[in-house]
Amino acid sequence: MIIIGEKISIIAKKVREAMMKRDPKPIQELAEAQWKAGAHFIDVNIGPAEERGEDLMKWMVESIQEKVSLPLCLDTTNPVALEAGLKAHNNQWGRPLINSTSNEPERYVMLELAAKYNAQVIGLTLGKGGLPADAEERCAIAAEIMARAGECGVPLEDIFLDPLILQVCTMQDHAMHALRAIKMFQELNDPPMKTVVGLSNISNGVPKQMRSLIDRTYLTLLMYEGLTAVIMNPLDKELMDVLKTTKVFLGKTLYAHSYLEM
Amino acid sequence: MAYVIPKETYTGRVLELEFGKALRTAKVGGENTLPFLSFEGELPNKPVIAYEIQDTLPDDWPDTVKNLYADVSNNPVKWAKYCQDELKAQAIAIRLVSTHPDRENRSPEDAAKTVKEVLSAIDVPLIILGSNHIEKDAPVLVAAAQAASGYNCIIGKAQEGNYKTITAAAMAHNHKLIAMSELDVNLSKQLNILITQMGFDKTRLITDPMCSALGYGLEYTYSVIERIRIAALLQNDTTMQSPILGDVGMYVWKVKETLAPEVDVPLWGSLEDRGIAWEALTATAMLIAGANLLIMRHPKAVETVGKVIEELI
Repeated sequence: MIIIGEKISIIAKKVREAMMKRDPKPIQELAEAQWKAGAHFIDVNIGPAEERGEDLMKWMVESIQEKVSLPLCLDTTNPVALEAGLKAHNNQWGRPLINSTSNEPERYVMLELAAKYNAQVIGLTLGKGGLPADAEERCAIAAEIMARAGECGVPLEDIFLDPLILQVCTMQDHAMHALRAIKMFQELNDPPMKTVVGLSNISNGVPKQMRSLIDRTYLTLLMYEGLTAVIMNPLDKELMDVLKTTKVFLGKTLYAHSYLEM
Repeated sequence: MAYVIPKETYTGRVLELEFGKALRTAKVGGENTLPFLSFEGELPNKPVIAYEIQDTLPDDWPDTVKNLYADVSNNPVKWAKYCQDELKAQAIAIRLVSTHPDRENRSPEDAAKTVKEVLSAIDVPLIILGSNHIEKDAPVLVAAAQAASGYNCIIGKAQEGNYKTITAAAMAHNHKLIAMSELDVNLSKQLNILITQMGFDKTRLITDPMCSALGYGLEYTYSVIERIRIAALLQNDTTMQSPILGDVGMYVWKVKETLAPEVDVPLWGSLEDRGIAWEALTATAMLIAGANLLIMRHPKAVETVGKVIEELI
């Protein structure tokens, strides 16, 4: 399971303030903590970044990779900022991941950037017509993204399809739709397409004390369906323990009494 | 369309381990593919075979193998030199069986003295084994590790019941260490974790999943080794990437097929040939499963397995 650490996000007050002040320390600390906890990518979410997005993304990438030998998941809707991040990215630690392209015309450019910079890219199955209704609609959008990737010269192995996780508290049916989509995405190609989710979306809007439980339980189901990667909080020890335990059940980790410590 | 050989890609690699001193070291491991699949990856080091000797007369060995060493087995130094000089051993494994409470129950000091004498007489790498008595092996191997300080030996076997003391001794005197568990892949992993959690460097560790002879559970050993290698190479499990030991001789030379005289089982053919074949076949199966280091007794079996290695790599 590829873990993409989600903690560096403009939504978090501490991170937002550090971004504004260009103070690298809090950001570097969060990156290092996630690395030590087992993250394989660090997500860098700077939001729409309409003003000076270029500068900000470049500074973020350089500040983080100065301390952490991991590839980054560059998360912004601003393609100019994204390109600045790709240019600054140190590929010695692995290829960057673009978060994300979709079926919305303004996000097509992300595939071109993936081709230009040999990056991997998340394909969010969200189209022009609003939220996808079910797993089948998600697959139809996925197929369009895959076709477009072919035109841009992005290999299908470099795409992580994201079924778009929606909050269970108001859109309960979508929990199952997304799970089915994870299974169906894999059948769209041989070798199977890679998949990814933004896990915590599932628990948006539920009382705070229940969020971790909901995230954990849903992660197990997603893993059972063959999920490749997950955007989540690796500092949540209970969540990490569930991930490790599910890997044992799936035969991906050899059991030993101390498996949680590894 | 031309046939394309399907190839597996591996994310892990077996750790490389070197033991012995100066110019006469032996190196095992380092491969990033399943055994002998050289078209899929690298196999930088061939498996190594060590000759087994003991610190006392091998009274429990059958005549077919005991008699070969009749002139030297009353003295471990002579025995070791014979293996090195006459049999051209790549490595020697001395088993300190005399320290077992049911045998001569010799002291750790005696064992240390023997180890020192053997080490000063040979220059091939040495593996130092206890008598496989959980309580007694701890003080014996502590004394032996100290006596062998600076020689970069392999000592063992550390087991669930005594690993702390033996690991500490290997750490203090810079030796390599065998971690042994009894035919259980999960306990094998657990022991490796516990040993490395003591601060012992995983690159100095050897895994012994416990050998068994052909016809006496070899398929269990085979499956355990296979699962360990799959974890190490395909799942990049960093706790399972140590080289693997096959302690073949002691399991082979006590089974019916290597003991029963021709008069009792005429259809089974020559007793000596049968024993050699049994040891060679068991050893070869261990290699094909993934063993990197073997301990064996009969020179003709060693020679046969040596040829197999040459032909497969």
